[in-house]
Amino acid sequence: MSLEVPKELEKEIDERITHYPESKRSAVLPVLHALQHHFRYIDENAVEWAAAKLDLEPIKVLEVVTFYPGFRQTAPGKYHIRVCRTLSCAMSGSYELMESLCEKTGIDRSGVTHHDPIAVSADGKFSIEFAECLASCGFGPVCMVEDDFHEAVTDVDELLKQYP
Amino acid sequence: MSEEKPDLIDVQINGEWHKFPKGTRMIEACRAVGADVPHYCYHPKLTSPGNCRMCLVEMGMPPRPRPGEDPPEPDEDGHLPIGWMPRPAIACANTIAPNMGIRTTGELTEGCRKGVMELLLANHPLDCPICDQAGECTLQEYSVEHGKSESRFRERKVKKPKNVEVGPRIRLDDERCIMCSRCIRFTDEIADDPVLGFTDRGSHTVLTVYPGRELANNYSLNTVDICPVGALTSNDFRFQMRVWFMKEVKTIDTNCGTGCNITVFSRQGKIYRITPRQNNDVNSDWMPDSHRLNFHWIDSEARLTEPLIKLGDSHKPAAWTEAIALASDKLNGIDGSEIAIIASARMTNEELFMVDRLSKHLKVGHVDTVARKGENDGYLISEDRNPNTNGVKLILGLDDPGSQIEAIKEGIDQGRIKALISLQENLIDDAGFTAETLQKLDFFVHSYPLANPTADLADVVLPGACWAEKSGTMINVTGRLQRLNEAVDAPGQTLTPWEIVRDLIQATGGGNGIYSVTDIFNQLSAEVSEFDGITWGQIGDLGVPLIETGVTIPLLEREKERIAQGIIVG
Repeated sequence: MSLEVPKELEKEIDERITHYPESKRSAVLPVLHALQHHFRYIDENAVEWAAAKLDLEPIKVLEVVTFYPGFRQTAPGKYHIRVCRTLSCAMSGSYELMESLCEKTGIDRSGVTHHDPIAVSADGKFSIEFAECLASCGFGPVCMVEDDFHEAVTDVDELLKQYP
Repeated sequence: MSEEKPDLIDVQINGEWHKFPKGTRMIEACRAVGADVPHYCYHPKLTSPGNCRMCLVEMGMPPRPRPGEDPPEPDEDGHLPIGWMPRPAIACANTIAPNMGIRTTGELTEGCRKGVMELLLANHPLDCPICDQAGECTLQEYSVEHGKSESRFRERKVKKPKNVEVGPRIRLDDERCIMCSRCIRFTDEIADDPVLGFTDRGSHTVLTVYPGRELANNYSLNTVDICPVGALTSNDFRFQMRVWFMKEVKTIDTNCGTGCNITVFSRQGKIYRITPRQNNDVNSDWMPDSHRLNFHWIDSEARLTEPLIKLGDSHKPAAWTEAIALASDKLNGIDGSEIAIIASARMTNEELFMVDRLSKHLKVGHVDTVARKGENDGYLISEDRNPNTNGVKLILGLDDPGSQIEAIKEGIDQGRIKALISLQENLIDDAGFTAETLQKLDFFVHSYPLANPTADLADVVLPGACWAEKSGTMINVTGRLQRLNEAVDAPGQTLTPWEIVRDLIQATGGGNGIYSVTDIFNQLSAEVSEFDGITWGQIGDLGVPLIETGVTIPLLEREKERIAQGIIVG
């Protein structure tokens, strides 16, 4: 199965590649970011599309995808939540925050492993994973829902209400 | 100093000054003066990523004077003092510089090696007793030389995939892998089949074959050879034999005209493994899988182990004397012009030399060999699938070996050829002969290692040793004279083809007095002008260029280019 990349996205990707004149390989990251932004995650079709685009062997792209936790290899929910678990947030209750988010959204994290970090709710509305420092250590616990930043999260209901 | 060649520079290694060509890697300079530097990721035929850190050495350069300070004074030999750097440098990817100092011993270097070894072994499963690599594993070797007897690591070891089939011939144990990346670079740079890579980099880095692909190219087993540990193992050799029990014999591959240099590993007369042996003029460090695995037939049930004589419709075992006597009686009763010899370009020069004698002695009317052509694979496999076509041309004087086979068939069909001596060729399966044709012969002698349909029709069947069971020389497609060495004994009463031909010559009334293959070589060397009196010893393990053929080996040409560009050491 091949990836259906819209004309406009491909145009944008082609433009981004021109920023790396020395070697197309250096454009792997921006290409993957663009693909993930559009498709929400990077599956093997996306890896192969990116590899073909950059004249690379697919394994060279897979190496990069598996190195960065920021690249999702499985499909997230409609709203993807990332909870910071680095020291300051951990001390100010990020694990409790994770637990209550899971409870309210109906996410079961029991299948989560180092290599499969994302858990999705049964209705597919929310997905969640732990992230490392989101750079707001003074205001833990911190989480991101999609690209929205939420500091000192105490009221989980209030937070989730914003994402219908 | 003034006499010094401009491309040689002075480097001090362990206190002694030496001269090396500019651009020499530090590790190669050390090796050249006997100060070997331990290493895992570095391989002279591959790019140097410098990732294993095992080759860290202490390094120093002349100190740069501070502003206003006088530059350091050279000593009476012109060498400047060396300011040793507090941190080590990798010897594999760095090149030497004028007046550089290297210490491959001492506290700093030893400390680095100990540290690297401890880290490499932290997550290693230490399953040496059941590991195929044991006995030829650099982790083991360097542990003896540089390791600690005890690990300080008290945590749980990282679990990784084991017994992974990365290809049809190779299995991977990711826990044994030390991430040197030699296999990845080999598949990228030499085999042009980049399917391997590291995924999940970090504490859980694993060597992975891209999902849905496999490491299946015809050079894949070379990754097993260059794997410094037991991570990649060969399905064929896995758990067959401990490496320290095997006898190693240096010889050459006979599956094609390239004549890859190989080492045959055997125990008690049985071959267990064949690996490529470095020869930068023939096969570099590599060989094709198809060639290295083509040895299992050697100890198969189908081997002929005693001479056979045809009685009615079946064969009966006979003594050599009886079989040879029968053959010579029959041959002496037929005019030479009615006899044909089909020899083989898989025979050694010495065997062909004896064939030439036999044919001259019997005044044989037709002599040829069977041609074998295939496709040049663009790497090491030559389109000539015979190992010694050049020997046939030189010694039997055939311009176009194989071109008279059709004429011989016709001669037999028309009754002009009454007797045929077929040496080391299965005429029905490999030369397009039909049983009908062969049945028209009055007399047919056949030597071959294996039972085969041609032998079924022969009046006398003589078991002839195969390539691994004999010594001799061959000339490869580039015109290089190389030595074949006997690795295992031939089974039963099998004789080497030169002995068979000698016995036929003797029995038919020709000369004798040849008792060893080197005797034949010396006569050959004296009689065939191209050999120019070369001696057996001069050929050595790596062979010598003998004739100009203009043929090149594609893989070698690409390697030469990479060496010229400084990408690899070579």
